[in-house]
Amino acid sequence: MTAQLAPEAPGAASLVRPVAATGWRLAVRRFRHNTLAVIGLVVIVVIVLFCFVGPFLYPTDQTHTQLSQANLAPGAAHLLGTDAVGHDMLGRLMFGGKVSLMVGIAAGVLATVVGTLWGSIAGYVGGWVDAVMMRVVDAGIAIPALFILLVISAITTPGVWGLIVILGFVSWLVPSRLIRAETLTLKNRDYVLTLRAIGGSHARAIGRHLLPNSVSTIVVAATFQVADAILLVAYVSYLGLGVQAPATDWGGMLSAGLTAAYSGRWWLIVPPGLAVILVVCAFNAVGDGLRDAFDVRGR
Amino acid sequence: MSILTTTDLGVSFSTESGTVDAVRGVSLHVEPGETLALVGESGSGKSTVALAAMGLLSGNATATGSAVVDGHEIVGAAEPALRSLRGSTVSMVFQEPATALDPLTRVGAQIAEVIRNHGDVSAADAAARAVDLLDRVGIPSPAQRARAFPFQLSGGQRQRVVIAMAIANSPKLLIADEPTTALDVTVQAEILELLRRLAADTGTGVLLVTHNMGVVADFADRVAVMLQGSIVETGSVEDVLLRPEHEYTKRLLAAVPRLAVAEAGAAVTSGGAVTSGAAVASGASGASVADGSDGSDGRRGAAPVVDLRDVSVTFGRGARAVHALQGIDIAVHAGETVGLVGESGSGKSTAARVALGLVKPTSGSVHLFGSDLRTARGRDRRALRSGIGVVLQDPVASLDARMSVAECIAEPLAVHRRGMSSADRRKRIDEVLDAVRLPRTLASRAPRELSGGQRQRVSLARALVLSPRLLVADEPTSALDVSVQETVLEVLRELQDDLGFACLFVSHDLAVVQQFAERVVVMRQGVVEEQGTTGATLMHPTTDYTRRLLAAVPVPDPVVQRQRRVERLATLGAVTA
Repeated sequence: MTAQLAPEAPGAASLVRPVAATGWRLAVRRFRHNTLAVIGLVVIVVIVLFCFVGPFLYPTDQTHTQLSQANLAPGAAHLLGTDAVGHDMLGRLMFGGKVSLMVGIAAGVLATVVGTLWGSIAGYVGGWVDAVMMRVVDAGIAIPALFILLVISAITTPGVWGLIVILGFVSWLVPSRLIRAETLTLKNRDYVLTLRAIGGSHARAIGRHLLPNSVSTIVVAATFQVADAILLVAYVSYLGLGVQAPATDWGGMLSAGLTAAYSGRWWLIVPPGLAVILVVCAFNAVGDGLRDAFDVRGR
Repeated sequence: MSILTTTDLGVSFSTESGTVDAVRGVSLHVEPGETLALVGESGSGKSTVALAAMGLLSGNATATGSAVVDGHEIVGAAEPALRSLRGSTVSMVFQEPATALDPLTRVGAQIAEVIRNHGDVSAADAAARAVDLLDRVGIPSPAQRARAFPFQLSGGQRQRVVIAMAIANSPKLLIADEPTTALDVTVQAEILELLRRLAADTGTGVLLVTHNMGVVADFADRVAVMLQGSIVETGSVEDVLLRPEHEYTKRLLAAVPRLAVAEAGAAVTSGGAVTSGAAVASGASGASVADGSDGSDGRRGAAPVVDLRDVSVTFGRGARAVHALQGIDIAVHAGETVGLVGESGSGKSTAARVALGLVKPTSGSVHLFGSDLRTARGRDRRALRSGIGVVLQDPVASLDARMSVAECIAEPLAVHRRGMSSADRRKRIDEVLDAVRLPRTLASRAPRELSGGQRQRVSLARALVLSPRLLVADEPTSALDVSVQETVLEVLRELQDDLGFACLFVSHDLAVVQQFAERVVVMRQGVVEEQGTTGATLMHPTTDYTRRLLAAVPVPDPVVQRQRRVERLATLGAVTA
């Protein structure tokens, strides 16, 4: 046969399309084209600024009761009115939001970290270790999280940190399954096998190949976990098991305002309710956007 | 009247990065009872033409021009009209039989469903006809097999079921898109035989989409060659394959690895005693027929670089155990290339993985560079491993998409040469890029930006960066187009001449192995069927299995192939008689 040493046949060369961006830049570009996700991101930034910077621009007293100012409707002095003990509702929205966001984000991140470690170990080691670890996850998923939370709350009264740890440890199960599946496919990729064949260590396989390639999955999982955790904080506090007075969060505010809602004081209920809905939707939109952005063909 | 006529057919896809014209100005026709082969390399648009003729293009595609099937215009036709055509007037056989069937429905029921979709047939009649069809496509005991689920059938039988579904309503046009690409050569020969018989019996026109020139020679009456979305040459199969006009067709045919076969007639009459020896050899470089040695170890002085002795591998245990390897002996000596061939499930990849230390043998021993892999520990084991280079099949999965080409190539250096300065490292990367004939500027690019052939050369560069004594290549070119395969093999051969590494070359393609390897090991169901020098083993095989394997490989010459087909059938007839 005659040697054809052209660099590439014309037929094959047509397959090579000029690709300008790297994987990450491509992902950013895709994300920016997703209007809903960008709106979600803006909403999150605005609400975070509102809760953490807002109190400096709009300082209010959220510790002392001021019964003279109780139950005022929204007006010039109090833009969103006051509650039954005279706290300014706008200030309280910021004050409670700080707790909701902090606990939600921290618990979501904690759940993702625990889930990632658990799932990646199970997936990478495989065999009976995987079987045992995944049966633990199955068992955990079979028990409703709310039931566990109720039992724990009946025993102790958690502070902010306690709440983060508890919420984190009831919601790591789903991310652990996701990451395990990702690890299972990645560890059998040809480039990992090649590395193993020439004597590369497990640490290198995990650190250089498995983790960088599952970052996208982890980030997306984390975003959804944060949304779930914020909702979970609201549940727990609504049931009166959250942070204790005078501290509060959006769920706690809803709970406190519930009785007043029937007497027409809507400003106790609507703002924190809307805030929770807005933040959870925003995180979900961002998660969706990230998932689509990372879904780059030819990985 | 033509059963399929396309006139100036064009297809464009709108993608994120703009509109891509996949097919431009394609005009072709298929007459009743005729087979037109549409050939081309990946990306040539041949499958897109087939899908356009079925009206099955994806949502982001726009078709222009005209495609007329049996008097019905397909381009721009409404979905209900297309649905009544598909499966009755025109039907399709896809590449992958595993995904073409519903895994949860019995095959008889799937065929019956196709029949009832297009005619007022009672369930009982449809079921009876399904059994008939299974009989026609050559499935043994069809009445029982109709009750089987797809997973209970072999790949070849599944493809027969897919064909039964395609011919269920006696279509006038059958479109077969790479119908045998996922199958072993012996099964491929049977399926082609079946399709040929069915088409001849019923006068069905066939549009055969394939990249395999051997299949074209075996099956087609006329050929259309596609390049970058357009047809560059059309003609009878003899004209196009034997007297190509267009530059591209010539280049394509020159790149097809040809199996050198013993002179026709000789192999059939008597078992191994071929004396007429005038082989149709067209460049079996490594294979020297004159070399009488059987290549068993011991005849060569030095110890083999890798030595598998009586290796068995069993996956699973108890009743579900799979005996992937059963006591095989394979040795590769310094500087030589050993081709490991066999059909799917023969254990050839498992054997390569045992040699690489990725799979632990259940019993037997593996010696790498004279040391027993079982006793080597820690540092010694790692040092042994640094003498191995690896190239695997999939050009996409072989390189980590998150790394640059330079990082991919440097990975073995990072494992075994920790102290190397980054300047030295960069120098070494440039050296191996030169060696595999890739421009140095590729170093900073992402693997995603490279073509399949370039990626496999990057894999090769990575394998060579530590100057290995043994290269293990598992189907390194089977995912590539022939012209690209040729370049990769050429580079590999030159490097081996320069660097003198031993090579264990796993492949299902006998023609490639014949060109590339000095010795060949034929595997079947986990045992070594036959081994020896490539020249002797592939020209004058001593076992029936190797002979059957060789006879089933279609050669890209319609005249020779027709003769081979007749002989193959005669041999098979003699065996069964």
